[in-house]
Amino acid sequence: MSVLHRVKLTVNGKTCEREVEARLLLSDFLRHDLGLTGTHVGCEHGVCGACTILLDGDPVRSCLILAVQADGRELMTVEGLAPAPGELHPLQQAFWEAHGLQCGFCTPGFLMTLVPFLEENPSPTEHEIRHAISGNLCRCTGYQHIVDAVQLAADRMETK
Amino acid sequence: MKPASFEYLAPDSLDAALDILAHRGGEAKLLAGGQSLIPVMNFRLAQPSLLVDLNRLRDLDYLREDGGGLRIGAMTRQRRLERDPLVPRLAPLLREAVPFIAHPQIRNRGTVGGSLAHADPAAELPAVAVALDARVRLQSARGERWVEAREFFAGLFTTVLEPDEMLVEVALPPPPALTGWAFLEVARRHGDYAQVGIAARVTLDEGGRCREARLVYLSVGDGPVEAREAARMLAGTDLSDEAIAAASDKASRDEMDPTGDIHASADFKRHLARVLTGRALRRAGARAQARAQAPGRGKE
Repeated sequence: MSVLHRVKLTVNGKTCEREVEARLLLSDFLRHDLGLTGTHVGCEHGVCGACTILLDGDPVRSCLILAVQADGRELMTVEGLAPAPGELHPLQQAFWEAHGLQCGFCTPGFLMTLVPFLEENPSPTEHEIRHAISGNLCRCTGYQHIVDAVQLAADRMETK
Repeated sequence: MKPASFEYLAPDSLDAALDILAHRGGEAKLLAGGQSLIPVMNFRLAQPSLLVDLNRLRDLDYLREDGGGLRIGAMTRQRRLERDPLVPRLAPLLREAVPFIAHPQIRNRGTVGGSLAHADPAAELPAVAVALDARVRLQSARGERWVEAREFFAGLFTTVLEPDEMLVEVALPPPPALTGWAFLEVARRHGDYAQVGIAARVTLDEGGRCREARLVYLSVGDGPVEAREAARMLAGTDLSDEAIAAASDKASRDEMDPTGDIHASADFKRHLARVLTGRALRRAGARAQARAQAPGRGKE
């Protein structure tokens, strides 16, 4: 029957080890095997961006990677963003305040796309922000409030 | 589970990968960045029995200057093409095209070799490879061979790769002097598949007239489509509006056979190709002029 592969990886700073089938998607591994359901699964073919996570620091679609390929790698999901329980990452805080979300389904993907973007580009223009989020779909906000939230977060994170 | 079951092998050397292909090439599917393959596996449109993951072949992830040209390892991520300073210097057309490839998240995974070997007619890299006279190195346990990019693509999602071969490297020749370039495409949203795209290159002679032009299109046929007649018509002209209009008409009318879809009819695609040809030639021509007038131009 199906062969299992042992994977050992770091997720949000914690090491974990599991046995997985080769065909298990990384997005399903995170949600079902690790219980990290903050990573959302929308289209499952790389269009919507909801499942975006960081793989060794780079935003990638976890529905287009096999769990077995994450062996030895370092992952970060939306659960790893907040500095402590009861606190929010500045970008999360800005999304809240600027109404950067309504239903929230797309939000983890936006956050995981934008955190490395802001590290690389701490004071982006609106155009750069819109380019950065071009691979993430949001059906509620019309994107304007998301752009506002990013600008708010960028201002705060820069003056810190 | 979305994909159907498959056997998974992740060789950690090129020799080991080629050995697998030598014995089981007929049933194996190669996994590079996976940004096209995994979606079709998720839909079960593809159900390979053996998946050979190339992501441990770190030796194939490189950009290197070579005699004024650029060598690109097949497993080089597309994102790196946007960031490495060698690319704008040695292959500015490639640099201009990369941001049109899907989205940053996709380019973080997608590879140069994977995109070429996948041979999607709507993909940017195959058209750029043809426009730049790239050559690709195909390797197998039997040996290696070099193939011109324009000979590499053999039809819809099809290349001349044999079942036991792997594309391991792309070589771009040094950019010729007095040359300008342009990459343009029309898509319904940024990052979507192009309805039509063009990679254009113009080389001037000492007198400022067009010596050679290259026009290569995406999304208007079953692979990268080169308009050779239109390019020939441009040679010797001063790239006047009339010359550009004649070449644009020729290319869009006689040298492509686009298939319409629900978003763009074949006629509309021809229209887009005609308009994009004009814009690309004007931009490429202006860049070539600017290079001709730049101080210290010459041999490079």
